[in-house]
Amino acid sequence: MGNHNVSYQPSISPPIDQISVEERCARFQSRSIKGETKVAGLKLALSMIDLTTLEGKDSEGKVKQLCYKAMHPHDAMPGIPTVAAVCVYPTMVRTARKALKGSNIKVAAVATAFPSGLAPLKVKLDDTKFAVEEGADEIDMVISRGRFLQGDFNLVFDEIAAVKEACGKAHLKVILETGELSTLDNVRKASDIAIFAGADFIKTSTGKIQPAATMPVTLVMLEAIRDYYYETGKMIGMKPAGGIATSKLALHYLVMVRETLGEAWMNPDWFRFGASKLANDILMQLAKDQTGVYQSLNYFSND
Amino acid sequence: MANTSTPKKPTAKKTVVAQNNGQAEKKQTGSSRIKVQKTYKIFINGQFPRTESGRYYPLTLSDGSIVNLCLSSRKDIRNAVVAAREAQEKWAARAGLNKSQILYRLAEMLETRSSQFIEELQLMGATKEAAINETETAIDRLIYYAGWCDKFNAIFSSVNPVSSSHFNFSSNEPTGVVTIVAAEESGLLGLISVMAPVIAGGNTCVVLASESKALSAVTLAEVIATSDIPAGVVNILTGTRKELLAHMANHMDVNAIYLHSNKAEEIKEVETLSALNVKRARIEFVSNWFEPKEENPYRIQDFIEVKTTWHPIGI
Amino acid sequence: MSKKQDKKHQQQAAEPSLDFSKALIYTPAPESSAHIRLKKQYDLFINGTWVKPSKGGYFETINPSTEQVLAKVAEGTQEDVDKAVKAARAAYENVWSKMPARERAKYIYRIARLIQERAREFAVIESMDGGKPIRESRDIDIPLAANHFFYYAGWADKLEYAFPGKNPESIGVAGQIIPWNFPLLMAAWKIAPALAAGNTVVLKPAESTPLTALKLAEIIEESGLPAGVVNIVTGAGATGAAIVNHPDIDKIAFTGSTDVGKLIQKAIAGTGKKLTLELGGKAANIIFEDAALDQAVEGIVNGIFFNQGHVCCAGSRLFVQEGVADKVIRKLKDRMASLIVGDPMDKNTDIGAINSPEQLKKINEYLKIGVNEGGEVFQPNCSIPSKGYFCKPTLFLNTSQSHRVVQEEIFGPVLAVQTFRTVEEVIEKANNTPYGLSAGVWTDKGSKIFNMTTKLKAGVVWANTYNKFDPSSPFGGFRESGFGREGGLHGLLPYLNLR
Repeated sequence: MGNHNVSYQPSISPPIDQISVEERCARFQSRSIKGETKVAGLKLALSMIDLTTLEGKDSEGKVKQLCYKAMHPHDAMPGIPTVAAVCVYPTMVRTARKALKGSNIKVAAVATAFPSGLAPLKVKLDDTKFAVEEGADEIDMVISRGRFLQGDFNLVFDEIAAVKEACGKAHLKVILETGELSTLDNVRKASDIAIFAGADFIKTSTGKIQPAATMPVTLVMLEAIRDYYYETGKMIGMKPAGGIATSKLALHYLVMVRETLGEAWMNPDWFRFGASKLANDILMQLAKDQTGVYQSLNYFSND
Repeated sequence: MANTSTPKKPTAKKTVVAQNNGQAEKKQTGSSRIKVQKTYKIFINGQFPRTESGRYYPLTLSDGSIVNLCLSSRKDIRNAVVAAREAQEKWAARAGLNKSQILYRLAEMLETRSSQFIEELQLMGATKEAAINETETAIDRLIYYAGWCDKFNAIFSSVNPVSSSHFNFSSNEPTGVVTIVAAEESGLLGLISVMAPVIAGGNTCVVLASESKALSAVTLAEVIATSDIPAGVVNILTGTRKELLAHMANHMDVNAIYLHSNKAEEIKEVETLSALNVKRARIEFVSNWFEPKEENPYRIQDFIEVKTTWHPIGI
Repeated sequence: MSKKQDKKHQQQAAEPSLDFSKALIYTPAPESSAHIRLKKQYDLFINGTWVKPSKGGYFETINPSTEQVLAKVAEGTQEDVDKAVKAARAAYENVWSKMPARERAKYIYRIARLIQERAREFAVIESMDGGKPIRESRDIDIPLAANHFFYYAGWADKLEYAFPGKNPESIGVAGQIIPWNFPLLMAAWKIAPALAAGNTVVLKPAESTPLTALKLAEIIEESGLPAGVVNIVTGAGATGAAIVNHPDIDKIAFTGSTDVGKLIQKAIAGTGKKLTLELGGKAANIIFEDAALDQAVEGIVNGIFFNQGHVCCAGSRLFVQEGVADKVIRKLKDRMASLIVGDPMDKNTDIGAINSPEQLKKINEYLKIGVNEGGEVFQPNCSIPSKGYFCKPTLFLNTSQSHRVVQEEIFGPVLAVQTFRTVEEVIEKANNTPYGLSAGVWTDKGSKIFNMTTKLKAGVVWANTYNKFDPSSPFGGFRESGFGREGGLHGLLPYLNLR
């Protein structure tokens, strides 16, 4: 069941000061990442990507193309890692599973009536079980933001715990949809609820709501993960998703992870980027680093 | 005496006259009675101790009589500073309106005792007209500063438009304990004109009264003692500048000194000793305390500290 | 997911600890100093021109991170100071006090703009000469200095609105002595309001950090400011004393140690000179258990390690409420592990070089004192360069009010930590010092903030933030931290007589 067998007590979540958090993020962004560190950082970021397609018009063809891109980001350049996972709707899991055969790339499925989460619990659990049965390694669920904002924390907690159970061996990422939570205090509360209810990862956004991932929101979530680790020694993963489109920004996120949680989280097991455009931007930067000239997207496959 | 006062404010004065008539008549009619002479004491922490030194100095009055005044010692200063320190935070914490009413109340009480002040000023050499003028001006000045208690902070404060996402404002807090070396030449008005702004700002004070015109100071202390001004807020000592000036300036638990002087050696001594604890030394010499420009809120500002507070603006 | 991860997920570390020593170690990212033009030797800037010191003496200013000599700087003597004061007096009488305020403002605006144009150059020189990280000189010192000129320029023709019922008048010649911790910024804090109020200036920068003030002199020259309005006289204590004691100076403004401040207050006793002092501090930074703790930890770090702790308003006494003390200290230690100490010119450096060998010696003495007093020392396991003057960020845990490291201003990256239980207790302890410059309060409860901010005896109180500065915000101390304010409307008063 959950990471803790007690329900969530709001008092465990400390208040968050927005301005201070923003200042700290500005400090991360003032770090200068150059040379070898930059190349290593870019490759690491690429390896952390959950390459994502979550459109109503997604088709098997589209998903197959994306999976090929996941396994072969840019074959023209040697030494390029694959991405961490491909993230799709449950009905596309089987296609992705098949397309990714032979690689280590995971299949992640958004479930629980993604993106709104406005469905009966039974439907959400069925959605989850279906995705797992189809072969998903990871389930990205959404929390019930409306109920959260109503203060119905126990319901949110119980839903997560139930989905966790339905996941079986699949790992659970809990999407807070921070763009709908309004305050960083709420982000922290929702993070704590998700962690205590059994999340393996916590994730910022569906990508369907603006703002999606931001550095302040991610920092607050990393701090929740850190506090949980301090208390229990258990690691929880983190996935900012949506809005991280440039290499530079991805490196800033890595700086943030590095200075907040340190070495142990600096790998795809514990940190992911949910992104679709980021991979090519990273590839362009890596190519620029090799060739010394700025690149054009025309030279990088767009699946 | 009082019934000869100027008819400027007839209604207000009438009550005074009525109250004082009895006293005055008694004095005139009870000639066979031995007059009770007053012992002039110093005023510390709302009480009237004798100076711990047991010393006195004689003051010859214009009617030829001689009165003895306490020749305060540095230990009296020490005791007064302890009292002022003890009282300071509580006094400062009172609402501006409350301080305002307390000072106004003091002015009311001075008004009812005005005949005594007028009489004493004459005994210390003033003409009747000058004595009346000084007393009335002093009372009015007190009312003037009473009104500032809950207003000066609005005048001297600011909300500062900083560039970052912070709310930033500067407000005023009392400097703390202030020693006042009052004007030698103006025993009542000179004293009130410096004491009032200092306490209006939330400070407490230890006053060294005019040596040659000390009667007003002692009587003022007696009025203060029965007023609503809390014990320790105003402490009044009599004695000589020569002996006490250094101790008024060098005390490490005094935050500011207000010296009325135009004597180079006094100023230098006070400023030099103030450096011991970075005391604020406000030196001035006013030749005419009656001038309207001598009452202004900047005298309050001289004994306040600007405190700037920052807080983030966020959600 | 991989088995490896499953295993990790089940793993229960006995002592959960974070490791910041390995991944993504930042490669050096030095700011270029190629475009910096420094002369081998700097003369005195008096009456709009560069003049040789009367006794021909020069002293070296070194880069504290490399111990290399950057330039030679003139040692101003009493004669030189006299020349500067005469120039300032003449400029005051003949030009500056007669110039319409609006025109005066334009010169000050122009100086602000020129600093902005040459901001990067100033930042690099500031870091070379003083040892502060380029990130701070670039993002804080230099922009703030320019902004300060810009802010006060606008006051020049509006002074009558600042003091209702009064007619503000300039004072005359101001003698200004500034410290080495924020060289250009302190020059701006001093010069800008003085000029806006209509005064002329003789300024002495600190002997270990004179270069940006001399570069400012170049800008002033370039700006066309009338000769003699600003004079920069470099030198050490004797030069400063010559300014303090000069009979034709009307006002002294000093920023520096409380000891020297007291000497100055004493020296000008009886002279009628106006005085403002911005002196030392030993600020309390107070963390309540209901605070936003992670942000409070940032505030603690920013409070004490900003500018190597060479900050008069540094939050050098930490008070943590007992219920969260362990948590906060743990977070603080982890945060300190990610601080980078080293080359000030590296854009990633958090803590640069200690300003001078003398200051490093003083800090090291306090480290010894702290140990001898039984304080528990913590320093992160970071490397520091072998050359130059460096000090690791340091905590003294389990201290009390009676420890010297708690009472005395160390002026380095050294934080004394105490715990407390109640509001009353911490207010009493926070105020239990002769200083009163600044304080910090961290709590999520509004009414508690106002309770604290009104009761703390300090000229600047940062609530849920720390070490913030702005030209519009008055700065200055209570008690032995000095008197007078710099910045904002209140910063005009020390440079005016109110009639």
